[in-house]
Amino acid sequence: MSDQVSLTVNGASISVPSGATVAVAVALAGQPCRTSVTGEPRGPLCGMGICFECRVTINGIPHRRSCQSPCEQGMEVTSET
Amino acid sequence: MPQSFDILVIGGGPAGIAAAIRAAESGANTGIVDDNAALGGQIWRRARTESVAEPAAEWHQRLQTTNVSVLCGTRVFDQPEPGLLLAERHNDILQLAYQKLVLATGARERFLPFPGWTLPNVMGAGGLQAMVKAGLPIRDKRVIVAGTGPLLLAVAAYLRSHGAEIPIICEQASWGKLARFGLTLLADRQKTTQARQLKRDLAGVPFAANAWPVAAHGHTAVQSLTIMRNGRSEEIACDYVASGFHLVPNTELAALLGCQIRGGFVHVDHLQRTSLPNVFCAGEPTSIGGLELSLIEGEIAGLAASDRVPEAQRLVADRKKWARFARRLDRTFSLRNELRGLASPDTIVCRCEDVPHSRLREHGSWRAAKLHTRCGMGPCQGRICGPATEFLFRWSPDSVRPPVFPVRVSSLSAERTGQPEHTKHEEANR
Ligand SMILES: Cc1cc2nc3c(=O)[nH]c(=O)nc-3n(C[C@H](O)[C@H](O)[C@H](O)COP(=O)(O)OP(=O)(O)OC[C@H]3O[C@@H](n4cnc5c(N)ncnc54)[C@H](O)[C@@H]3O)c2cc1C
Ligand code: FES
Repeated sequence: MSDQVSLTVNGASISVPSGATVAVAVALAGQPCRTSVTGEPRGPLCGMGICFECRVTINGIPHRRSCQSPCEQGMEVTSET
Repeated sequence: MPQSFDILVIGGGPAGIAAAIRAAESGANTGIVDDNAALGGQIWRRARTESVAEPAAEWHQRLQTTNVSVLCGTRVFDQPEPGLLLAERHNDILQLAYQKLVLATGARERFLPFPGWTLPNVMGAGGLQAMVKAGLPIRDKRVIVAGTGPLLLAVAAYLRSHGAEIPIICEQASWGKLARFGLTLLADRQKTTQARQLKRDLAGVPFAANAWPVAAHGHTAVQSLTIMRNGRSEEIACDYVASGFHLVPNTELAALLGCQIRGGFVHVDHLQRTSLPNVFCAGEPTSIGGLELSLIEGEIAGLAASDRVPEAQRLVADRKKWARFARRLDRTFSLRNELRGLASPDTIVCRCEDVPHSRLREHGSWRAAKLHTRCGMGPCQGRICGPATEFLFRWSPDSVRPPVFPVRVSSLSAERTGQPEHTKHEEANR
């Protein structure tokens, strides 16, 4: 099963094709990447590392741009508030 | 210890790749830096499962025959002294010293705020394409493509070839402008072939000129989009909206270094020399002209930087031809006035700080708005809201301060200690 990578998004397990970015895993999990300062759900906008709308916490490290981060086996991803 | 280069290229898109090849062929110790995981820039970005297509393959192969040092996943954020750049890679700081520098930092999409544009699954056109290349399944999804510029067609064709359904492509330019643009394409065989291919790829997809998005609807994600088409509004169901309004150049690094910026673009002469000695610029930061212009400018910059001026001069005529194409793009896809009225008072313009249109329009300048509303002070550093407010309110951008990208705290403490300038990265780390 080397073609799939398993990780968790907000505690739920999800399996994605290897090479997929964390932004894709978060989208497939049906979760927003972050909640904005006025409480809106937000997801990727630019897809190229510029807007920071896709930021999430990865393995405890906050503010990672999920569109620029490849998924790795066992990663723990959480949306940011 | 800094890594030292005779010629250092920042940006690994077509312009940067061409510059690095030409520089290295001359025997110069050359490096190329890009913040993505692989070289290729925007147009040559590809899914892991896709093979490299022409003409990218040819350039990649040519690069492999040189001894260019490739530094990917590396983002340049500051120049503490002339000839020395700082870059972040993972959590490390790299010091990169250069004799000559080629800036090939490309462009990004322009986004315009309309009600609902902050809903998840409303993305840039290139943005959604990049997500699909990064593994997002798009088969059987309904994607409305809306905005302006040739990128809309390229993206619609790409998404369709991956199984998406495109209910409509909305182009804000008028039929008249598009027709004039189309006629000028006939003068060039390459462009005519590209246009014919696009036409085949998009056969059966409704295309509307004089049409633009006015409001996206949904709760946790977009479910439909209202568009304005020939003066009538119409709501269309969708799973995604891919919306971008042509491109804006990435000039921040050039501005930080002190290169002269004219009319929003990095000013260069016929040999791609900026106003600073030993600093060259190529590709989209100098004008939005498409692949061919980026490649030629890259070649000229690489040749000129390695003192092969006569060879560089031989390419200047070709460059002129594609520069004319860039001007035609500008004219055709210039934004219509009606788009200034798209945002309603409570539409968020600055997405980082959630600043609505009503709070911004009270201010007379970008600087005043920043000071009073925090617009542009978030982690995007105004890259998204800056071009939007430039159009909406005709504000001109502020001067650029380091770091040009938010940097992790550990990176900065390794940088210049004691300088109280780095408010920007703190925003990113809030
Ligand atoms: C989102 C997007 C999608 C596009 N998709 C298409 C398409 O499908 N078809 C098409 O014909 N044209 C497309 N274009 C247009 C295409 O990019 C241009 O026509 C042209 O090829 C640009 O080449 P370039 O080398 O000038 O810039 P780019 O290809 O943009 O390359 C610039 C590179 O520099 C990097 N960079 C910038 N700043 C730094 C820094 N500080 N440190 C390190 N690296 C940095 C960027 O990440 C990027 O990889 C797209 C443009 C955008 C913005
Ligand atoms: S989507 Fe814009 S930074 Fe990731």
